[in-house]
Amino acid sequence: MSQITPLFKREFLGYFRSPVGYVFLAVFLMASVILAFFVGGFFRSNTASLETLFNFYPWLFLFLIPAAGMRLWSEEKRTGTIELLFTLPVTTLQAVLGKYLAAWAFLALAIVLSFPMAITVAYLGDPDWGVLIAGYVGSILMAGSYLGVCSLTSAVTKNQVISFVISLLACLILLFLGLSVFNNALSSVMPTWAVDLLANFSFSTHFAAFTKGIIDPKDVIYFLSLSGFTLFLNVVVLER
Amino acid sequence: MIEVKGLVKLYGSKRAVDGVTFTVKRGEILGFLGPNGAGKSTTMKMITGFLQPTAGTAVVDGHDVTQDPVAVKRRIGYLPESAPAYGEMTVEEFLSFIAETRGFRSPEARTTQVNRAIGLTHLDPVRRQTIETLSKGYKQRVGFAQALLHDPPVLVLDEPTDGLDPNQKNEVRALIKNMATEKAVILSTHILEEVEAICTRVIIISQGRVVVDETPAKFQARQPGARLDAIFRSLTQSDV
Repeated sequence: MSQITPLFKREFLGYFRSPVGYVFLAVFLMASVILAFFVGGFFRSNTASLETLFNFYPWLFLFLIPAAGMRLWSEEKRTGTIELLFTLPVTTLQAVLGKYLAAWAFLALAIVLSFPMAITVAYLGDPDWGVLIAGYVGSILMAGSYLGVCSLTSAVTKNQVISFVISLLACLILLFLGLSVFNNALSSVMPTWAVDLLANFSFSTHFAAFTKGIIDPKDVIYFLSLSGFTLFLNVVVLER
Repeated sequence: MIEVKGLVKLYGSKRAVDGVTFTVKRGEILGFLGPNGAGKSTTMKMITGFLQPTAGTAVVDGHDVTQDPVAVKRRIGYLPESAPAYGEMTVEEFLSFIAETRGFRSPEARTTQVNRAIGLTHLDPVRRQTIETLSKGYKQRVGFAQALLHDPPVLVLDEPTDGLDPNQKNEVRALIKNMATEKAVILSTHILEEVEAICTRVIIISQGRVVVDETPAKFQARQPGARLDAIFRSLTQSDV
């Protein structure tokens, strides 16, 4: 465990040693505010909640998390620092966890930095803080799962563009599986139980409850186990 | 100190390393020679635990690299080819990160190790510069500093004088020679004079096999009066 700390610190601070971190935070916050206010109708909804913000997160994550995750391993491979990293006294699992947790903490920071929106809601009305917090918990958990997928795909290639495109595609599939439009199309060629099974693997299905203020253990377990599984594959891919 | 036993590495059907066996004792400096692609770097990567051997193993200071790679990594200082480093970090930050993963947890212990390594490699003028802004010679020395940082009993150096000017080359050679009394050193090089200058033993590897393993004096005695590179060429011609 103690070997993870230096790796975590280096990776997390690494976001702020180059413009990457600042650009990401700025774009993430601007995009989420624009989506919530102009597309989601933050004021028009006339409710004291952040549902209009959280509803866009699955879509925002779809593009921004592959952008943050694509460099995790492919950059190490391209610059050759992976050779340095894996001749330090750390195991592959420690390295994978150190990097993943740092990136996750960075994404959590990006999500939490939208708190002025929550303050706005509290100023204008009387929001249910439980629902708001559930929304944040769900967003952070979902970001972890997106990131797990991206970390895995970035370990497969040293080309960041390929890494980005594969991550995007994988996340897109995981997101679409839960959309009713997509499921209706599927049910014409598949039995209903198969469609339901597939829908159960989707980000959107499991995220929806959080935005309504429900922290259901099965949704939490879904996100954590998806992250765990992708990280396990990540270790396997790197040790190959 | 280092026992290499029948190392084999297959890339597809190509035998990059084909049964390499040798030992290095404390106080020895082993010069690793061979044409490009002969398997020098691959052998070194297997000794340091970065690559899994297809067959065979290396035992470093009593620890088998296939059984306990982390213990081996703790005892080796490794300079990979072209000295990869995290370019966005300053020299000080980078060496401090290495010190922390090498087990120097308290800030004082870290500073002591970092200052020692910076002193040995004369990096003082650039200690607060980011590595990506450094010249090739300085970058190479950062890699060297990183390998020496924990004062390891075993040094594995892949082309340590690559990219240095003649003065710096001499300096690095003197440094290696001074340290070698209590260490086992393996260094690969293309410069035959370097072998003559500092190595106590020379191994020539060609097409993945050891073709020569003797002292530099004996090597010269193969063709008295001939230049070293003439002898080298006659031994490795099959590679061309």
